[in-house]
Amino acid sequence: MMAAPQAKMTANQERLAALSLPEGGTWAMAARGAALDRLRAMGLPERRDEYWKFTRPDSLVQAEAPKAALFDNGDEAEMFGGVDRLRIVFVDGVFDAEASDDLALEGVRIERLAEAGQSDIHWAKDTYGVLEERGQSPVARPLAALNTALATDGILIHVTAATSKPINLIYIHKSDASDAILHHLIKLDTDTEVTVLENGPAAARFNKVMEVEVGDGATFHHVRTQGRDHERRAATHIFARLGTKSAFKSFTMTANGVMTRNECVIELTGDDATAHVAGAAMGDGDFHHDDTVFITHDAERCESRQVFKKVLRNGATGVFQGKILVKAGAQKTDGYQISQALLLEDDSQFLAKPELEIYADDVACSHGSTTGAIDEDALYYLRARGVPKAIATDLLTLAFLAEAVEEISDEALRGEINSRLEGWLERRRG
Amino acid sequence: MLEIKNLHVDLEEEDKTILKGVNLTVEAGKVHAIMGPNGSGKSTLSYVLSGRDGYTVTEGNATLEGVDLLEMEPEERAAAGLFLAFQYPVEIPGVGNMTFLRTAMNAQRKARGEDEISAADFLKLVREKAKTLKIDADMLKRPVNVGFSGGEKKRNEILQMAMLEPKMCILDETDSGLDVDAMKLVSEGVNALRDAGRGFLVITHYQRLLDHIKPDVVHIMSDGRIIKTGGPDLALEVEKNGYADILSEVA
Repeated sequence: MMAAPQAKMTANQERLAALSLPEGGTWAMAARGAALDRLRAMGLPERRDEYWKFTRPDSLVQAEAPKAALFDNGDEAEMFGGVDRLRIVFVDGVFDAEASDDLALEGVRIERLAEAGQSDIHWAKDTYGVLEERGQSPVARPLAALNTALATDGILIHVTAATSKPINLIYIHKSDASDAILHHLIKLDTDTEVTVLENGPAAARFNKVMEVEVGDGATFHHVRTQGRDHERRAATHIFARLGTKSAFKSFTMTANGVMTRNECVIELTGDDATAHVAGAAMGDGDFHHDDTVFITHDAERCESRQVFKKVLRNGATGVFQGKILVKAGAQKTDGYQISQALLLEDDSQFLAKPELEIYADDVACSHGSTTGAIDEDALYYLRARGVPKAIATDLLTLAFLAEAVEEISDEALRGEINSRLEGWLERRRG
Repeated sequence: MLEIKNLHVDLEEEDKTILKGVNLTVEAGKVHAIMGPNGSGKSTLSYVLSGRDGYTVTEGNATLEGVDLLEMEPEERAAAGLFLAFQYPVEIPGVGNMTFLRTAMNAQRKARGEDEISAADFLKLVREKAKTLKIDADMLKRPVNVGFSGGEKKRNEILQMAMLEPKMCILDETDSGLDVDAMKLVSEGVNALRDAGRGFLVITHYQRLLDHIKPDVVHIMSDGRIIKTGGPDLALEVEKNGYADILSEVA
């Protein structure tokens, strides 16, 4: 008798079977183990998954990270260099103590996950992976569960009072084959405020989760830039839960990057909370950039705002999947969503899937999505005043992105982003 | 200053001839007016001279101080000293009026091999010019023409003209959409720029603008040609009798 032929495992199944957890203390092992179980139950993203219809997950899930050449930033000034901040540096996902400031700042307790995870009891046990797990329904986010299970390090920030300066997570990419997984946790106590900055390409492939618990009356500011290494790949998730009268404001700027999937999952669970998520992306050629946002209104009188702008050239692809879910009882919800693409050359494409799902009867929700070329009348007007075509095009490009950049409330940070955008466009002109 | 010889122009998309042999010379220090009924080709002439896409010159030429205009990009024509005050100034959300003005000024200076204007000098100049046109600080800060009334848009055009100090100014129906007060303000702005070294071509339907900006020469345009040229009296004649008389007289 011959044995029945065994079903061949797919590459994803093989990868899942081969995963093993890093060592750690009691709480961390429990959280990681649960995340691995979740991941195995949901499976890694497949090309046929509806949620991955516009973005091929292959390069993000395969066992080995595709190589990514390093980008030469030339003499470009350090990002956020003009802002007084606490710097925390990771090189290819590995904490660099030499390059980092002391992890000490008034009003905040800052620790590394790699260290906190070794202890048996820690405040993080009630938070680590908790928001990620909540975010797995109604849509599975397997790469986030993978992150919770396998993250090698990350920063735990517990904000207990107003902070004097931003905390800047700096991700340096030095090895063309690096595969980094970081998991950050930020907990804001009642009526506190903190600004977290992130910048840099991080690694050839970067999987990052940031869980943010925003307490009642607290405010979280987030400004991120994702580096210019064109071949790098990134899958990032932000999971945030907002208490009563709290505010969450996040802005991301992406230029270059062959594969970026930025997911943002926000739950408004306290009344009168505000969530603003914005993104400005510019890309060329095989640039692929995906913003996937899911905002759940589960309390009264909350406001949410999504503003995403993409400038696409020479066959670049932009994706936007944005959803506002208003639960029954979330009356007086004010939801707004806009996603727009500016196509500067032929063959670029923008794929948008805006969604509203509303179960309350007294809400104001609107969404819009547009794709267009540069305004020829505006271009002619600028040129007729003596502005050369290339500069006029850049001015109009910046103007197009402005609505997203203006979501940054801090003037100095907004200035940093604007001057960087201007600099990149100028350099591109040569 | 501006010399147009036998200019023939087709609309690119419709295979239609708009200008059928325009001849016109505007001397430095003079104000020429072009009047004519709708569809006679007045605005097309201004667009072709300033370099808008969508038109094909099939015959003839146009020069500014002897330099061929039609071979140049729109921005090169501006740097060479040509300025078109638009009939419909374009709104540009996201670009501040001041940024726009300064970028334009410096681009022109750079093209001419001159130094850029300093931020302080620019600010001083723009405040001074804006004041005479009753353009307040808020209008300067706002995005270009966004939310401006018709009169504000036209005043903004004249402000740009005053800042850029062109050699040859073309005003395309600058009076359209203006009430009497605004027309006076705009005309004063234009008159302040009249200078022995500068030429003007004022395109208008109606005589009333020419009460404020007194022309030296008046041309009547019809069906793509200039059919009659005369002194300021010609504009009064149009005002009194309409275009029909002149058209039949020529035909």
